[in-house]
Amino acid sequence: MKHLLSIADISRTDAIKILDTAAELARVSDTPMKKLPTLRGRTIVNLFAEDSTRTRISFEAAAKRLSADVINFSAKGSSVSKGESLKDTAQTLQAMGADAVIIRHGASGAPARLAACEWMSGAVINAGDGTHEHPSQALLDAFTIRKHLSQGREDLQGLRIAIVGDVLHSRVARSNVLLLTKLGAHVTLVAPPTLLPVGVESWPVSISYDFDQVLDSIDAVMMLRVQQERMSELFFPNAREYSRYFGLNTDRLNALHPGAIVMHPGPMNRGLEITAESADSARSVIIEQVANGVSVRMAILYLLLAGDTSIEAGL
Amino acid sequence: MSNESRKTLIKNGTLADGRVCDVLIEDGVIHSVAPTLTDPEAFVFDATSMIVMSGLVDLHTHLREPGKEDSETVLSGSRAGVKGGYVALSAMANTSPVADTAGVVEQVFRLGKSAGLLDVFPIGAVTQGIEGKVLAEIGAMADSFAQVRVFSDDGNCVSDPLVMRRALEYVKKFGGVIAQHAQEPALTLGSQMNEGIVSATLGLKGWPAVAEEAIIARDVLLAEHVGSRLHICHLTTAGGVEIIRWAKARGIDVTAEVTPHHLLLTDESARSYDPIFKVNPPLRTESDVMALRHGLADGTIDIVATDHAPHPGESKECEWQEAAFGMLGLEHALSIVVATMVETGLLDWSGVQNRMSVAPARIGGYSDHGREIAVGAPAHLAVINPKAPYRVDRDQLQSKSRNTPFHGMEFSARVMATFFHGQPVFQEGRSA
Repeated sequence: MKHLLSIADISRTDAIKILDTAAELARVSDTPMKKLPTLRGRTIVNLFAEDSTRTRISFEAAAKRLSADVINFSAKGSSVSKGESLKDTAQTLQAMGADAVIIRHGASGAPARLAACEWMSGAVINAGDGTHEHPSQALLDAFTIRKHLSQGREDLQGLRIAIVGDVLHSRVARSNVLLLTKLGAHVTLVAPPTLLPVGVESWPVSISYDFDQVLDSIDAVMMLRVQQERMSELFFPNAREYSRYFGLNTDRLNALHPGAIVMHPGPMNRGLEITAESADSARSVIIEQVANGVSVRMAILYLLLAGDTSIEAGL
Repeated sequence: MSNESRKTLIKNGTLADGRVCDVLIEDGVIHSVAPTLTDPEAFVFDATSMIVMSGLVDLHTHLREPGKEDSETVLSGSRAGVKGGYVALSAMANTSPVADTAGVVEQVFRLGKSAGLLDVFPIGAVTQGIEGKVLAEIGAMADSFAQVRVFSDDGNCVSDPLVMRRALEYVKKFGGVIAQHAQEPALTLGSQMNEGIVSATLGLKGWPAVAEEAIIARDVLLAEHVGSRLHICHLTTAGGVEIIRWAKARGIDVTAEVTPHHLLLTDESARSYDPIFKVNPPLRTESDVMALRHGLADGTIDIVATDHAPHPGESKECEWQEAAFGMLGLEHALSIVVATMVETGLLDWSGVQNRMSVAPARIGGYSDHGREIAVGAPAHLAVINPKAPYRVDRDQLQSKSRNTPFHGMEFSARVMATFFHGQPVFQEGRSA
């Protein structure tokens, strides 16, 4: 595997390898000397054509802990915001000798275009593309779920996970559906019908329009961010009604199965899809997701770039 | 174009009806058709094992001139056309400036004449600036030197039902036709590809079939109500075929076209995120493709039209959602129709001649075209070798643009020669 573009491209074995490597690397992060020399002399470009502070700094921290040189190329003030084409940007990065490009882009498929084109030769890592996928987020979510709930198993066999909210526009949901089911979990998507894609019936998931009905039968609930602009696009009447039917409030929190965890990819709209009580409750692993993100992204960079580019080469 | 001989003898060709005969052309007109003809003065074209049919007529071509001459010109589009067996093209109105006045349509008409390879019939805009609000000077375009009979805002839908009604009524005055790009805009804002299983996975905004079908349903009813003539551009959905079938059974004066790419490709190609497959209306599903083929076979869909849409490289060498809609069609349309319709047993050669020459000429009112190959008819002919396999190469096109989705595909039928007013305007293996 040369690139990480979509969870669809990686096997169950690859996925478990990434999670295991992340667990190994997490132990390093817990030591006072956090840095590994593995990627010394390698150049990694953070190409963020769309604003995203948390994913960018997570990848940056991961790359730096592996001693790579990191160049940040963000939308604001760069040539990308001045109308430079993806092709020209890619050729520029190629000329600078980038070994890997971590790309966040508003257009679905932009990382796939970079990887398929002849404009550059480095590894491409999808850090979120449009409404398509966000593979590293799904991997860190799976890592977090496994840590809490798998009781020593290497996969997520038999776990029941609900993904709640704007599935239609969510790259996090798409990557998670692919990854969690690949790892044996049973996924239920919970959303108003307007926020599920036409074609969702072909996905290996259950669908529910009723959040309350699924609460006592899930091991983890993953809340999705609701973008402000959806309000004006008639997907639901207003924020209050959305919150009433699909928000994770205290009553719903209390109705969860004992031991169930609460997740959110961030940034949260407190009071809309999740109340402060739920976000800050003992069941919430939201902060831990952020910490795990660094380890998982270290694993991705490590496996793609260290020595053999094949993920099978391992540690 | 060679002018060495005023006589051409096409030997031993097979006409679309299956007759094997010789065709002698003199002064641009078919002089005789008989099993064996000789004429020592004539330039001889050996058409043994080849099909000789009336030259192809395209009712939907984007020639880009005036305004976007970096993508195509009337001349380069004419060269692409004759290479594909075409002798008449219908230049869509969405140029810059828009062909919404007599001046612009006359300019395009004259550019076609000066290129001289085939007939270029300008299509006039229905509304000013193809904005869908105010009727363009339809009468002036009809009365102009270009004698426009087909009107379309193609690229945009005439979405306002009152504007559409008025346009349909107005063209009755001279027997015109409104060619509708059926796309309900409110249902397709920002849409990128067919809405379905593939768009759900790819996270590309969907263009639902219903956005096309709702407009077709509305417009056939409007055409019935005002008793006018409607043509539906680039039909893409199985549901659309059903509506047209229903409308025809009801006696509504509606015709419909399908493009070569919608007969061949599906939305699965979008999985590459390569915008070479981005087109409007979008590629649909396998079952839509099958419905379109059967609709074309049974005559529900009257014609094949290319929607030839040239774009410069930078419009396709980018992210999918930034890329322009559209693909080339003229040079490979016949090959694709043979692959999808003849080799599958759905259509015979007479059917191909009907769908690609006779019927489009009738809809457009192009009386010199789509004629039976018979004494006295203008010698507009295409000669096709059904078994001359070739591979499409985007670097070997006559079009100024390279945005063909068929690059690398192999087809067996090939246009060997095109005759326009008896002149060999294209011969395979000879430079234009």
